[in-house]
Amino acid sequence: MNDAATPARPSSAGASAEESAPLLAVEELRKHFPLRGGIFSKTLGYVYAVDGVSFTVRRGETLGLVGESGCGKTTTGRVILRLIEPTGGRVLFEGTDVFGLGKKEMRALRRDMQIIFQDPYASLNPRMTVGSIVGEPLAIHRLAKGRAREERVAELLLKVGLRPEHMKRYPHEFSGGQRQRIGIARAVALHPKLIIGDEPVSALDVSIQAQVINLLAALQEEFGLSYLIIAHNLSVVRQMCDRIAVMYLGKIVELGSGENVAHDPKHPYTEALLSAVPIPDPTYKKKRLILSGDVPSPINPPSGCYFHPRCPHKRDDCAVEAPALRDLGNGHLVACHYPLNEPGGSTPKSELLA
Amino acid sequence: MRRLWRRSKTATVGLVLTALLFVSAAAAPLLAPHAPEAVPRDLVRASLQPPSPRHPLGTDLLGRDVLSRVIYGARISLLVGFGAELVAVVLGVAVGMLAGYAGGWTDALLMRLTDTFLAFPSLVLAIAMMAAFQQPGLLNVVVVLSLLGWTGIARVMRAQTLVVMGRDFVQSAQAAGAGTLRILLRYVLPNCLAPLMVAATIGIAGNILAEAGLSFLGIGVSPPTPSWGLMLAQGRSELTTHPWVTIFPGLAIMLTVLGLNLLGDGLRDLLDPQLRR
Repeated sequence: MNDAATPARPSSAGASAEESAPLLAVEELRKHFPLRGGIFSKTLGYVYAVDGVSFTVRRGETLGLVGESGCGKTTTGRVILRLIEPTGGRVLFEGTDVFGLGKKEMRALRRDMQIIFQDPYASLNPRMTVGSIVGEPLAIHRLAKGRAREERVAELLLKVGLRPEHMKRYPHEFSGGQRQRIGIARAVALHPKLIIGDEPVSALDVSIQAQVINLLAALQEEFGLSYLIIAHNLSVVRQMCDRIAVMYLGKIVELGSGENVAHDPKHPYTEALLSAVPIPDPTYKKKRLILSGDVPSPINPPSGCYFHPRCPHKRDDCAVEAPALRDLGNGHLVACHYPLNEPGGSTPKSELLA
Repeated sequence: MRRLWRRSKTATVGLVLTALLFVSAAAAPLLAPHAPEAVPRDLVRASLQPPSPRHPLGTDLLGRDVLSRVIYGARISLLVGFGAELVAVVLGVAVGMLAGYAGGWTDALLMRLTDTFLAFPSLVLAIAMMAAFQQPGLLNVVVVLSLLGWTGIARVMRAQTLVVMGRDFVQSAQAAGAGTLRILLRYVLPNCLAPLMVAATIGIAGNILAEAGLSFLGIGVSPPTPSWGLMLAQGRSELTTHPWVTIFPGLAIMLTVLGLNLLGDGLRDLLDPQLRR
């Protein structure tokens, strides 16, 4: 393999100190989209898409970010990568404040942070060959050119389960699953440290989903990648992730290890999400907990706890005071006044958890 | 060709007519029976001859072969039509793409400039600009028409840029660290080609028509160049007595413009996936 093709890692000074520090730390991240209207584009209000989100991604870890459509999870991912400019908060990547970087430094940092998109039909430039799609990051960062680049691209294609001959073809000649593999090859081309997967398998057939999940796991093993997986499907996240964060209306309502969140959810919203996961057993009749109503408008969120209008466990003060995210022990955080299965808390409604 | 016919009759007819224009322009010396600007010595007998085996489309006032002049006229029309459109496309793409990409003040400024150009009746503006040049001539016509033609291209490009910028692959380029120039040239422009080609094709037709109009008014291409518009103007006084002098160049203009417009419409149908069956 060509040496120039291997992205050199800056040697981390004080490795021992950094070892324990998280790879990515998101602190009080906010993104409010202004709503404009009228003849003079007056700002009429804001969409509180992301409203004070904090979490960390540790090295080699997979963190899942789940929530309904419109809860701000995609925006969170894109703001971290500065594909959308933030309104407030900080993102620290290996201790560097991402939002404080200049254009040049930001470009250099992009080598370490990549993204996989949801829709493999929209995320590949239809006018570029697969070879240039996958090889472009190498070209942008001047890591390889000519034959060396071609060899790297061939290698990457093999890694994601495609063939080097595919280089000369265009995206429309591939199936959804294959296209997603092309997108993955492009994301790992620079040997990043963190990959943000924005619903990486949601647009794929179920049979293909498993293949792509396995591919992502294999790549994580090989390159020591950390993932932030954004998804609405809890079963996918449960399968892939070490820790899970649950988002509702621009805020994180629960965060904990995959085990804890999936089997002992503390937030009523998580309970409802889990209850919606289908169980592949026709004889099993479970009592579903079905949420009524829609996600409230992020333009004009409800008072108190954002979830209270739909919460089956709500009590009077839920509408008044917004619960803070608090640790219930062993890193299991929840933003609820009356967490499930806790002393003084609520009793789960769905059978699955009882 | 047969497959094209099946998919779009409009495009096929347009393509054939446009190809005809190209062939007559390229092979003019081979196709034309006489030199287009040659004035015979015996002017009195050669002038205004009706169509005959020797002059299939007759002769004009100066005894020149109308067929040869119509064939050579294709060169002028092509040169003006394509030349002016080329400049207009370069200008329009730059303005439209920049406006769509940058947004905000840049967008507002560039688009109001475009609107200002569009607010003038184009023929009046063309006459004013030609007057400013103080002399007719092929090059001046090309300059004037390209200065008028970029506005439509700019609008199409701006709209298309806005559409393409919203697609995920542009964010994917940003995430990979691509700079503005790379995003514009490798992502935005190639994905704007379809509407751009349609707009440019119809623009060429407009240019040919405008050149004919300017030449007809005597402020376009100067004689003795065989321009169709000029031929119309010169035959005007004999229209009732010797119609062939005006009919054939007029027919040439009509078929050319029709062909290009059909080609443009056909391309739109072929390239628009929503209309594709």
